[in-house]
Amino acid sequence: MAKPKVGYSRRSMLKAGGAALAASAFPAPMLWAQDTKNIVLRQFGTGVSNLNDVANKVKEDLGFTLEMTALDSDSVTQRAATQPDSFDIADIEYWICKKVWPTGNLQAMDTSKIANYDKIVGIFRSGKLTPDSEIAQGTAPHTVGFIPEPGAKTFADEETNWMTLIPTIYNADTLGIRPDLIGRPIESWTELLNPEFKGKASILDISSIGIMDMAMVCEAMGEIQYGDKGNMTKEEIDATFAIFTEAKRNGQFRAFWKTFDESVNLMASGEVVIQSMWSPAITAVKSRGIPCVYQPLKEGYRSWGGGIGLSSSLSGMELDAAYEYINWYLSGWVGGYLMRQGYYSAVPETSKEFMSENEWGYWFEGKEATDVITSPTGDKLAEAGEVRDGGSFYDRMGSVACWNAVMDENQYMVRKWNEFIAA
Amino acid sequence: MANSVTDMAGDAPPAQPAPAKRAGRKLSPDVLGWLQAAPLSVVMIGFLLAPIVMIVIVSFWGATEFSIYPDFQLDNYAFLFGSEVTYRVFFATFKYAAITWALTLAIGFTVAYFLAFHVRSQTMQIALFLLCTIPFWTSNIIRMISWIPFLGRNGIANSTLIDWGLIDEPLEWLLYSDFSVILAFVHLYTLFMVVPIFNTMMRIDGSLLEAARDNGASGFQTLRHVILPLTKPGIMIGTIFVVTLVMGDFITVRFMSGSQRANVGRLISNDISLLQYPSAAATAVILLLTVLMVIGILLRFVNIRKEL
Repeated sequence: MAKPKVGYSRRSMLKAGGAALAASAFPAPMLWAQDTKNIVLRQFGTGVSNLNDVANKVKEDLGFTLEMTALDSDSVTQRAATQPDSFDIADIEYWICKKVWPTGNLQAMDTSKIANYDKIVGIFRSGKLTPDSEIAQGTAPHTVGFIPEPGAKTFADEETNWMTLIPTIYNADTLGIRPDLIGRPIESWTELLNPEFKGKASILDISSIGIMDMAMVCEAMGEIQYGDKGNMTKEEIDATFAIFTEAKRNGQFRAFWKTFDESVNLMASGEVVIQSMWSPAITAVKSRGIPCVYQPLKEGYRSWGGGIGLSSSLSGMELDAAYEYINWYLSGWVGGYLMRQGYYSAVPETSKEFMSENEWGYWFEGKEATDVITSPTGDKLAEAGEVRDGGSFYDRMGSVACWNAVMDENQYMVRKWNEFIAA
Repeated sequence: MANSVTDMAGDAPPAQPAPAKRAGRKLSPDVLGWLQAAPLSVVMIGFLLAPIVMIVIVSFWGATEFSIYPDFQLDNYAFLFGSEVTYRVFFATFKYAAITWALTLAIGFTVAYFLAFHVRSQTMQIALFLLCTIPFWTSNIIRMISWIPFLGRNGIANSTLIDWGLIDEPLEWLLYSDFSVILAFVHLYTLFMVVPIFNTMMRIDGSLLEAARDNGASGFQTLRHVILPLTKPGIMIGTIFVVTLVMGDFITVRFMSGSQRANVGRLISNDISLLQYPSAAATAVILLLTVLMVIGILLRFVNIRKEL
């Protein structure tokens, strides 16, 4: 071990002093470029988009370091709400934004600094995928996507220049099934509670998402007519849990899952044949050679969207770096990477350049694959001739029935959820 | 090891005259005693008492979806006692504790008895005892999760039973049931029963057993009237370990029941993950009181301090 140096030599002091002088006298861009190498942005979020490949590419393309932390949705909310100094960039879902924004831990972004802003999909701006599409229930991204002015703690009703989250990734979720073990077509959300699958069904144990899956099922059964599934009344919440508690006591569910891996294992081991699931989990099951389908259902999809928000403590050079990161994020490479896993990018047209024609056709346009489709990590996901479950981008995102949501009666719902788990 | 800390703790022998040698320092024994007790007290106050006081305080606070605010309200307790689920969950917690206790006691006592009285050589005793601890070299989460592929619907247990022709259909209740939860508990905590019981058994005077045999007692009578009463402190310590561990657990119940069952620990962990700290604190306070009461009752049966 080297002996610790005591004090500074005269020479090193002179050097440092000179550099400091130069820096304050000539705040030149050149110096800035050198300093970016030392910038570290700390990003945290759910596992879906917190990928080390992204951090490596950032280092390569932009020069600064991105530290990634992946957590589950509840922990992400908790951290964003309670530890504002522990992150620079929050990669969160829109419903989490609704919860966290009023704490003032995030700062709005100036849309004029976002190069590809005009190309962002309509869902995140006006709320409409195409000019004549209908807006789904729940916490639709555009309802919490803008604020009227910097510093505001309430959301704007319309598109403004101040965006809360820059959309990065989104998808339409449905039920995953094991076609080999079910052996007949599945068309409706009601099948989750079909006694035929007693002891072989599962639902996820994350209240804000699970309740939406429950609502889709109850509505499809015709048991409950919701005013707004994304914002239920206490009576609607009670009625929903009554149905599911009864099913649980009758042994309908094999298990509940909370993490991605649990959902994959339940499905792959055959413990469960029908369950709420996420797109990459289907991919993970398939890559083990086990048939698994992300089944489109006639009532539509439950959709979710994520975006990156900036910590309110970001300023100066770090803030500039964060904008640079956002612009890079929307410029296509990440979009292509995510779309090749089955998610959608907020600016699909820039991602197209980073995908082959076959990939673009399969993932986005819903065409037959002309060649083998592989994931970014090299696993084979589909053979030539296969078509994506649910079809094209417009077919899938166009039949969204509701968005993941946080309701006015959230606390009540959470307590009822806790009771449901304990029931 | 006798020191003034224990002397100060109540039933002390009559005060001794202060040693003359210390007179030079001019510190009275009282002050010295307090000083000796100080480091431990500071640690206990800082890391045990203060957090508990904090939990009690927070249990009266209010919560919004993303924050907690100081208040004095009884809502958390009102909701807790007003919900039928609370009683069911507390009942389940006691059920797990009672069944696990009975099984770990039966297994633990047998193992300890075998080690202490059947194995004659001390080297062998130590070797076998160390053998018992081998599973503890790995994390208890891993020991727990490794049951899942074994017990699953298409797991090793079911496929073996089907191969042997004992069953036609896979047994569903092997996994994600009360059975698997208790199995994991027994697996995880039996050693906590073995160690203290073995320890007290080793200290039973051999001549007592000879005396029992000389007086014509059968093996069972010796066990019932000599060994059992003398191992009570060990049983009690093991009981306290097992009962408190099981009552405070949440992760075993979550994994082994596939989130289908709940105990009090799970209520608390659910609340925490949903940012409902005050409600979690209130449940924790009630759980703490319950466990203290259970231990209080247990200590009525055996005076551990006297027996040790």
